[in-house]
Amino acid sequence: MALGRSPGGGAPWLVLALALLLFTQPAFAVLPDEMLKDPAMEARARTLSQELRCLVCQNQTIDDSNAPLARDLRLLVRERLKAGDGDQAVLAYVTARYGDFVLMRPPFQANTLVLWLAPFVVLLLGAAGTALWLRGRRSATGEPPPLSPDEQRRLAKLLGGDGTP
Amino acid sequence: MRRLVYLLPLVAFVVLVGWFVLGLQHDPHVLPSALIDKPVPEFSLPPLPGFDRGLASSDLKGKVQLVNVFASWCLPCRAEQPVLVRLAKDFGVAIQAINWKDKPSDAVIWLRQNGNPFQSVGSDPDNKVGIDWGVYGAPETYVIDAHGRIRYRHVGPLMPFDIEEKILPLIRQLQG
Repeated sequence: MALGRSPGGGAPWLVLALALLLFTQPAFAVLPDEMLKDPAMEARARTLSQELRCLVCQNQTIDDSNAPLARDLRLLVRERLKAGDGDQAVLAYVTARYGDFVLMRPPFQANTLVLWLAPFVVLLLGAAGTALWLRGRRSATGEPPPLSPDEQRRLAKLLGGDGTP
Repeated sequence: MRRLVYLLPLVAFVVLVGWFVLGLQHDPHVLPSALIDKPVPEFSLPPLPGFDRGLASSDLKGKVQLVNVFASWCLPCRAEQPVLVRLAKDFGVAIQAINWKDKPSDAVIWLRQNGNPFQSVGSDPDNKVGIDWGVYGAPETYVIDAHGRIRYRHVGPLMPFDIEEKILPLIRQLQG
């Protein structure tokens, strides 16, 4: 629909257009013919689909993607659920074939330690650096050390005295 | 000496840049197979119309061979096919194929046009077997050892360079 500028008053059209926006819904990749009859199981399928990566688009879940492979995987997830698999079993089934990369949330395991722990290590390093810097600044602003006898003599000379306080 | 501390951010920056440059060399679309060193999945696919041999997991034991995943709609497959033909004819490599997410009748025409280096072709129009192999696009080529285990997966078209640098050396190594 072309929403051009109408020659009559623009305001009612604008209001209508904005009101129509309220009725829009996000477009889903999931097609009606894929959906399961049981709404509870369909809801589980949707949740699981959001955990699985579409390996063609890579940054979309299979729930979002309209790639043919994503559709195959959505159907597979539903097939496994109908066969009586639990949620974890479905994810394990797909991971066994496509590898951990298919999971949108990487599992916490030996080869992902760096991935999961690096942010905390960087935070700790930053905290340590800040602590060191603050300590250095505090000692810099604290009481200065007393003058040495040599410095006292120079000070007295500058002040024009005879060298005795 | 203490002043060197101020060089730390610069050092960290250079290390990060090096890390990112390495990362850029890596193609995120090329994924290792989850099935490396595992036996091929159990499957049995019917032949294409007019062909007498389909493909089953039992065919993939006893010798080192390749399994190519192709489709008539796949343009890179067309570029790859002469390389596969040469591999079969000049180097005597046994190549089997899975015709993936394709109309079987289209695949027959496509093989007539582009050459058929395959000893047998299994037809998988609904991606039933492809999913078990972890196929996520065409073409893909798997190297299977004599025990029927998947030893390598190549994603994308095989080019002469890949044949010489990777596939043939691996086949020779597996043949012992």
